[in-house]
Amino acid sequence: MSSATPPNGTGALAKREARLARALLAPTVISVSLVVILPLLAIIWISFKPFTLSDLRPPAPVVRESLRGSGDDLRIEYRLRNSSQEIAIGGVTLSDVLPEGVTPTGEIAAPCVLEGQDLFCDFGILDGGQRERIRIPVTVDGDPDAFEELVEGSEPGVTGSGPNVLTNFEFSLENYARVFDGSEFWGVLWVTLFYTVFGTIGALVMGLFAALLLNKSFRGQGFIRGLYLFPYVAPVIAVAFTWVTLFDPFSGSANALLVQMGLSSEPINFFGERPLALIMVTVFEIWRYFPLSFLFILARMQSIDSSMYEAADMDGASPFQKFWLLSIPQLLGILSVLFLLRFIWTFNKFDDIFLLTGGNAGTRTLTVNVYEQAFAISNIGAGAAVAVVILMCLIAFSFVFFRFISREEGL
Amino acid sequence: MRKGYITGPVLGALWMVVIATTAAITMSFSTGDAFRPQVLLCLIWGTLAGLVYVRFPQQHARARLGISALLGLSCLTGFGPVLIGSGTSLQAVLITVIGIAVVMHLSMAAILKETPFGELTRHEYEDAVIRFCTGFGYIFFTAIVIIPFYVMVMTSLKSQQALLQNPLDFSVDLSQGTALFRSYTELFRDFNFGSYLWTSFYVSVLTVFITVLFSVPGAYAVARFRFQGQKAFSRSILLIYMVPMIVLALPIYIAFSLTGLRNSILGIVMIYPVTTIPVALYMLQGYFRGLPTEVEEAGLMDGLSRLAVIWKITLPLSLPALASVSLYVFMIAWNEFLLAFMLLDDPSKFTLTRGVTMLNSSEIPRQHLMAGAVIATVPIMALFLGLERFMTKGLTAGSVKG
Repeated sequence: MSSATPPNGTGALAKREARLARALLAPTVISVSLVVILPLLAIIWISFKPFTLSDLRPPAPVVRESLRGSGDDLRIEYRLRNSSQEIAIGGVTLSDVLPEGVTPTGEIAAPCVLEGQDLFCDFGILDGGQRERIRIPVTVDGDPDAFEELVEGSEPGVTGSGPNVLTNFEFSLENYARVFDGSEFWGVLWVTLFYTVFGTIGALVMGLFAALLLNKSFRGQGFIRGLYLFPYVAPVIAVAFTWVTLFDPFSGSANALLVQMGLSSEPINFFGERPLALIMVTVFEIWRYFPLSFLFILARMQSIDSSMYEAADMDGASPFQKFWLLSIPQLLGILSVLFLLRFIWTFNKFDDIFLLTGGNAGTRTLTVNVYEQAFAISNIGAGAAVAVVILMCLIAFSFVFFRFISREEGL
Repeated sequence: MRKGYITGPVLGALWMVVIATTAAITMSFSTGDAFRPQVLLCLIWGTLAGLVYVRFPQQHARARLGISALLGLSCLTGFGPVLIGSGTSLQAVLITVIGIAVVMHLSMAAILKETPFGELTRHEYEDAVIRFCTGFGYIFFTAIVIIPFYVMVMTSLKSQQALLQNPLDFSVDLSQGTALFRSYTELFRDFNFGSYLWTSFYVSVLTVFITVLFSVPGAYAVARFRFQGQKAFSRSILLIYMVPMIVLALPIYIAFSLTGLRNSILGIVMIYPVTTIPVALYMLQGYFRGLPTEVEEAGLMDGLSRLAVIWKITLPLSLPALASVSLYVFMIAWNEFLLAFMLLDDPSKFTLTRGVTMLNSSEIPRQHLMAGAVIATVPIMALFLGLERFMTKGLTAGSVKG
């Protein structure tokens, strides 16, 4: 008789559940890895390659066919050229079928062979900027004009491809050398740190104040809460352009106001001067994201047990004491989680600075630098190298974040 | 420090500066005329007022009314808290004077409520300071939030000339009727904004739809099933959440250029949901975890399959969460700028945000840009104000995505 033993291993039910779980997750996992993991690997790959914006259109042979001449001196001409001025293309061939009624006369030049009506030319390697011209003297039965259309209407087949920078296995550290070279990189890093640290702390402090204001119920509290979320909810494009308009040195209301109030004798170019521009984009960041901290801190405040405050009242604690000794310790968890998350997201921020200053006047952060390198200087490889630097920082941050968050069961 | 005759005047002086500055900015922005707060005179008038308000504790004491009226009227002489420019209309002057007097009286009475003249207890002192800070906070936050939006709307109604002449003059001439909205009619007529609006709308709706379709099963699996790598999975969701968009946009740009998906709405609709799925998944799994399992188990006992349980029990129970998630995703898709900017070049396929970027050039007048901004903002704001409760919930649940 076998004795009853507890089941070991995974049971049939558990297996079925795991299978269902995997099936349910599959679409998400596949799509996200296609658009997140794959690009991340791609960007690491590209960062080791001298890849520029023009490489997106790889060099290729371009051919034009025409029927020229008149009377007895008719000829079909193929003009072949390399679309790139620098890069050679290998394996260039041309093949075409001469239309019926066209008869070649005389010899055909070297790289080409004619078998019946089939023309085939093998050029081998076409250097950058190289042009080739092939003339085939022909006679036609009938009206040359009609044949001209026939000849030019048919597309000859061309093959040949240049070296693809993306897929070969040559790597270089040139992009990294370029990125880390000179004082520029450290300037960018310093700007990024300034923006991130002050933007994060500022938004947190403002959010804390706003939350303190609204942490009591009165009529219209919901309305004011909604109003204070406006900067965050509105499209970044709308608010960024509004700020640019508001602080415009020539037609901006803020400057007009400052001059009128006697605070400044002449208009200030808020987004065009060092170091004012950096301060302004940081202020914008604070303005735009304080609602988010405010919302979270308010939610946490409202969940603090009110009996604690009642007990403090009984003991005669003053309002400031209650704030420092009760509220702040209770809020410390959410504040630190918020700080870490906001720090990472501010570090990643691109749109705001790009729209406000375009990275000029000493406001170029790492993320703006990715764009600047890749599209303004059109060196995608260098942009990718900056992106990899950002990823490295990110991995370091998230390491801290997960160590912290597992301890601090917040969020 | 904790004496009524010190606290009162100090708070009064500071409050006078706040009120005078607020009045000057408000009046400048609404009339375009010259108003200037005079800080030194503000401090003097405020000190006086504070002293009177702590000395006469009765709420509407005659001395209190007197000093408020006096500091209001002093604005007429040039020695008041606010200096009014010479060309100002009588109406604006009267509003300023009466406004300052009335607001000053009411707010000082509120701030220095139950604040005796002599020694203050810690509570009385801190309460007064807190009331001052609260008042300042409301004015400050409301001002910084409202001013940009006010400028945005008002600029869109002005003409280029008027803007350059006096950038502060936001008064609107109502007599011109519908000509007031000429920037808007031009945008819709000449700049194709109707089609951008429609593109943005259906791209956002499709994004919401696809995101929900993908994230509901995923979130359910993470929340309910135990399987290998579950913890790693929920962590990697958060991690993906932290990858900056510009880093992804670069390879996506290359891939789309090579495959010809750049410059097509299809490409945009393919890429938007993937950026929102992690957010939605994270929000929904939190909600699903909070649902009682007993209801679902009862369904399973009665012979429903897991999928039927999700469809018939879990989803109906989580409708509010789905609404929040949908709204939040809609907001992200509607406001998305970077991908639309990089991937769309053809003006016939622009989304609204991309269309507004196009207006940011020196050849197109500023009020057109602002009108574009208003067009982009109004729908999302209307949605937000209408469904504010869902939205706030969505934002708090949606963690802190920026």
